[in-house]
Amino acid sequence: MIRPTTVTPESHASGTPPMASRRRNLLLPLNLLLAGFSLAFALTIGSADIPPAEVWSHVLGDDGSINDRIIDQLRLPRALSAFAVGGLLALAGALMQVLLRNPLGDPYVLGISGGAAAAVLTAMLLALPGFWYTPAAAAGALLSTLLVFGLARGGDDWRSDRLLLTGIVVAAGWSALISFVLSVSPARQLPGMLFWLMGDLADADEPGIPLTLLGCGLGLAFMRARDLNIATQGLLQAAALGIDTRRLRLELYFLAALMTAAAVTAAGAIGFVGLVIPHLIRRLGGSDHRILLPAATLLGGSLLVLADSAARTLISPMQLPVGVLTAIIGVPVFLFLLHRQAYR
Amino acid sequence: MSSLLETRRLSVDIAQQQVCTGLDLKIEAGECWALLGRNGTGKTTLLHHLAGLRQGHRGSILLSGVELSELTPRRRAQHSGILLQHSSRGFGASVLDTVLTGRHPHLATLAWEGKSDLAIASQCIDALGLNALAGRSLETLSGGELRRVEIARLLAQQTRLSLLDEPTNHLDLAHQATCLHTLQEQCVTDERAVLMVVHDLNLAYRVCDHWLILNGDGSWRAGQREPLSDPQLLTLAFGHPISRIESDGGPVFLAQL
Repeated sequence: MIRPTTVTPESHASGTPPMASRRRNLLLPLNLLLAGFSLAFALTIGSADIPPAEVWSHVLGDDGSINDRIIDQLRLPRALSAFAVGGLLALAGALMQVLLRNPLGDPYVLGISGGAAAAVLTAMLLALPGFWYTPAAAAGALLSTLLVFGLARGGDDWRSDRLLLTGIVVAAGWSALISFVLSVSPARQLPGMLFWLMGDLADADEPGIPLTLLGCGLGLAFMRARDLNIATQGLLQAAALGIDTRRLRLELYFLAALMTAAAVTAAGAIGFVGLVIPHLIRRLGGSDHRILLPAATLLGGSLLVLADSAARTLISPMQLPVGVLTAIIGVPVFLFLLHRQAYR
Repeated sequence: MSSLLETRRLSVDIAQQQVCTGLDLKIEAGECWALLGRNGTGKTTLLHHLAGLRQGHRGSILLSGVELSELTPRRRAQHSGILLQHSSRGFGASVLDTVLTGRHPHLATLAWEGKSDLAIASQCIDALGLNALAGRSLETLSGGELRRVEIARLLAQQTRLSLLDEPTNHLDLAHQATCLHTLQEQCVTDERAVLMVVHDLNLAYRVCDHWLILNGDGSWRAGQREPLSDPQLLTLAFGHPISRIESDGGPVFLAQL
């Protein structure tokens, strides 16, 4: 026999909250701090020795000095671009993982970066002037998005495994095209192409568009945060709880694709951030998307700012492609967390 | 007062197989219905159509007198809830968070779960004996524990109509009894009703007062359980000899080996 349900609400509400919920309360403030710290760090470090105490006055004021120009025209736009790109990738990755219901989902899985890279490399091979690269990247990303979406949509029901497979196959196609372009390109063009493929923020000096997109994307995704929580339980369960799943999938798909395209267009294909950052936040107790989405955005942005600061200073005056550093920083951190979780 | 769930001349088919043809069904508050039939007759499909998860039937389905297709998904989910046949562990949310998602259709877009939602979820967790597991991740639960979490989520949804697809999946005998008792107590009241897919005829007889039997060729029988629990009818429906043995505790149904 079942006992009558006499439990009072307080027994859960006021008891010791589970470990996860206490940690999740700290996730946002900690990531906010990290974001502030990483941006400040990016502004103070570089080949030119600018005293940290002066940096803030250079950001706010304008005294016409060389240092002022370095901060306002070089370091600040690049740091903000890095933050926007990292945030876009992490947010798009979080959405993709729910859309595909697969922890291996990442922003590039639909071949978006492949399409952009193939287009840019072709533009480089044809020796088009540099200002063509950005529209080429955007066009390639868009083409790949529409291609995958059109092919994966069989009838009116498209399943996540079909979407994933289509994306992987289309990405493989782009990859072959990229190898083809690389193999027929003259040797002097190869370094620039390789840098683009590995992700590079050297030319990312206009943070306005990616930052705006990041703000809008986070806002739109946040409106759907509770729906996303339920969608992780399966789309049928989401429909059972009153979510218009067809609309949700469409929104997720195009939002994630648009944000990825913006990131790729600004900085090339930077791996790892979109795949790992959402998992990191989940491992730290943020499985609720109302926490996960903003926290992943902040952490992704911070990671890329720190990685880019290292990329331009470690072996200065030479620069490393930032995609190499995101992996070097992120892989051990992620493996450590995964390992610790498994044996707790 | 219109029925909680009514179908008029409802015909459903999947892949050229008739699930039901011209089904007229009225489920009133206070009734508990069993949906019975062989494997593959389309019980789950019919349940999904009744829950609004699938379209493409002929005839009409009315929820409290309103055509199902005229309701928004959210309105529908405030009125009718479904326990799906297959469980999902998702990305490892906690038991409490998962049960709280049952409150989703009652919350506005950007609203957070309030005290009353937490109170409801806590009561449902308690009713299914999950108190000790409230903070645990779904990834760490056994199959039976996960099933009880899903039942708790359905209870938290507080819908007038509950559609259950094999609610006793993965549950041991003791939990089968207690879970069905809880469902009966909470979901079959003056205002609420249940339709559940079950395979165990003995449970169906003891828990449900009405039966809906799908024969597999589109024909169906619906009504009070007593005339329908006739062994000859059941033998026809299941395509296998089934006998009914009267005992002090009520009839027992046995499939011949």
